[in-house]
Amino acid sequence: MSALDPETAEPFVTVAVLMTHQTGLHARPSVTFTKLAKTFPCSISLATAPDGPWTDAKSIAKVMATRVPMGATLHLRARGAGAGEAVEALRSLVERHFDEGGVDAGSR
Amino acid sequence: MPAPVELKGQTASAGLALGLVFFLPEPVAQDRVAGSPSTEAAALRGAIAASVASITGLIEGHKGEAADILEFQVAMLEDDTLLQPALDRVNSGSPAQTAWREVLDTEIAGYAASPEDYFRARASDLMDMRDRVLMNLAGAAAKPKIPGGAIILATDVPPSRFLELDWSQGGGLVLAHGSTASHVAMLARARGVPMLVGVAGADVPGGHSEAILEASSGRLCLSPSAADKEIYEASRQAAQASHRNDQAYATKPAVTRDGIAVEILVNVAEPSDLDRIAVNTCDGIGLMRSEFLFRDGAPLPDEDQQFTAYCRLLEWAQGRPVTVRTLDIGGDKPVQGLTAPGESNPFLGLRGVRLTLVRRDVFKAQLRALARAAVHGQLKIMLPMVSVPEEIAESARLLDDVMADLAAAGVPARRPALGIMVEVPAVAIVPELFAPAAFFSIGSNDLTQYVMAAARDLAAIGRLYQPGNPAMLALIRNTVRAAGAMGRPVSLCGDMAGDERYIGALLAAGLRSLSVAPAALGHVKAVIAGLTIGAEHTNQGGETL
Repeated sequence: MSALDPETAEPFVTVAVLMTHQTGLHARPSVTFTKLAKTFPCSISLATAPDGPWTDAKSIAKVMATRVPMGATLHLRARGAGAGEAVEALRSLVERHFDEGGVDAGSR
Repeated sequence: MPAPVELKGQTASAGLALGLVFFLPEPVAQDRVAGSPSTEAAALRGAIAASVASITGLIEGHKGEAADILEFQVAMLEDDTLLQPALDRVNSGSPAQTAWREVLDTEIAGYAASPEDYFRARASDLMDMRDRVLMNLAGAAAKPKIPGGAIILATDVPPSRFLELDWSQGGGLVLAHGSTASHVAMLARARGVPMLVGVAGADVPGGHSEAILEASSGRLCLSPSAADKEIYEASRQAAQASHRNDQAYATKPAVTRDGIAVEILVNVAEPSDLDRIAVNTCDGIGLMRSEFLFRDGAPLPDEDQQFTAYCRLLEWAQGRPVTVRTLDIGGDKPVQGLTAPGESNPFLGLRGVRLTLVRRDVFKAQLRALARAAVHGQLKIMLPMVSVPEEIAESARLLDDVMADLAAAGVPARRPALGIMVEVPAVAIVPELFAPAAFFSIGSNDLTQYVMAAARDLAAIGRLYQPGNPAMLALIRNTVRAAGAMGRPVSLCGDMAGDERYIGALLAAGLRSLSVAPAALGHVKAVIAGLTIGAEHTNQGGETL
């Protein structure tokens, strides 16, 4: 699925994924999520509705402020280099419940 | 020495401690002379970098939850979303500490105003970050020296401060504010540090030098008398001995003194409970409450979400049986959009299986998810609040429909055993009429309330809520006898099973399977090991003593 931004005409890559993680996008998942988002050069944002409001997916303060609860549908969109890989990687992370249990404190 | 003073609060982490009192003062950032905007910006960046470095240093010494909390703080400190508005303020002339405090206070206020406990509790993580940066800006005042094993009294304590304290010699924590859902409370529970929150007056120094903390009963005794200390010492020794004893039994099978084996299952309310239970300390999950998936106010979970959740339980159980109770809402557990509002007597209303048989869309989605998950382990389905045999027959027909649909769609599935809760007297009186159930599990909490006609949550009639009443024991014996005659397994999953006052009576009634709260596993096994039931109660008959 893609939409056109009227200013640049560069397409957004958009995906939707269901938050099945039992606490929602809380502190620990948000750390893992924003860390992964920051590894991509493109701009990435998230929203809890398909038409926004959109939040910077690389900022943990903003992601936490979105308070995505369990059972919400998380919309991700990205634009720029690696946009497709970025949204796929983040979707897969959400589906894997943020690899909880495998969070390595020493890996930062 | 001041006279003894007793203060009360909420238990954040159970346990006992006797030690010196230490008042932990609020961190005070000293005044510093502000420079030009560029000096201030550099000072702020430097203080944040120093804070990140010191927290990162702390992470190395910690694992699990503690490390996660610190990582969260580092991620927040490294986030330009907080830094940028502070720098903007600095550029328009604010001193660094004012700019940082204003930005963080706005952020903290947002968390503090959240309707959710979880987010409110994060406010203290942000205060921790704010104060650490402020201290670094002020050139970090020397930290007070705290004696090992002290009982620390404070207004509130941030997680990083908790982790810097030395808990290796015991001690405890008493907060005037705080929350049982805070990160510090989680850390205290994980480390077995006794802790109370909401203790009015705990942050007012009163010249006390010693205190007894009985966190389990919510008591703090300042300047205890010699008699108080003797009582403390006796309870400490008893608690220690009993805990050691319980731990020693936790990983062993439960067997009475006269050699009767008892199956001990665990009751689970949240999948995260499983992180704290070693699978080898129980014989499986006797009651998985599926309500965790259906939170009031949240969207209803779909079949795939449920399937994933059930598969996780089976994976944890490693082949042991997992009994999932179908959605048991209504009564005291309303869920918006599902339960009927405004019932005059919800406990006698549309709840449990009565409700799911009306909301077939919800029921069938759950049955489909359960049948699909059953391929991956020993899963059983248990129906709550059954009152007449037709409710089993109707549910079984729905399960057959679901199996047929899944087979037609080529989706792997297995038909799980379909059993029932025995919690309505109509079942416990004539259990032989409920032979279509593959197994029985006595829900003693609701059964007590219905048999005694006494609500569980009304203090005025609390003395009538008697799980051990002869009428209850007669119904339990009756259920066990009928189940035995029909060749159906029977267990009991109410609070009675974990209460040492009743375990002997339950085994004497013929029960050989109990499902208990995770924290009670070791203790229940230890209690059983001390019991002699006698051959006349073993259900095998014949022999008398």
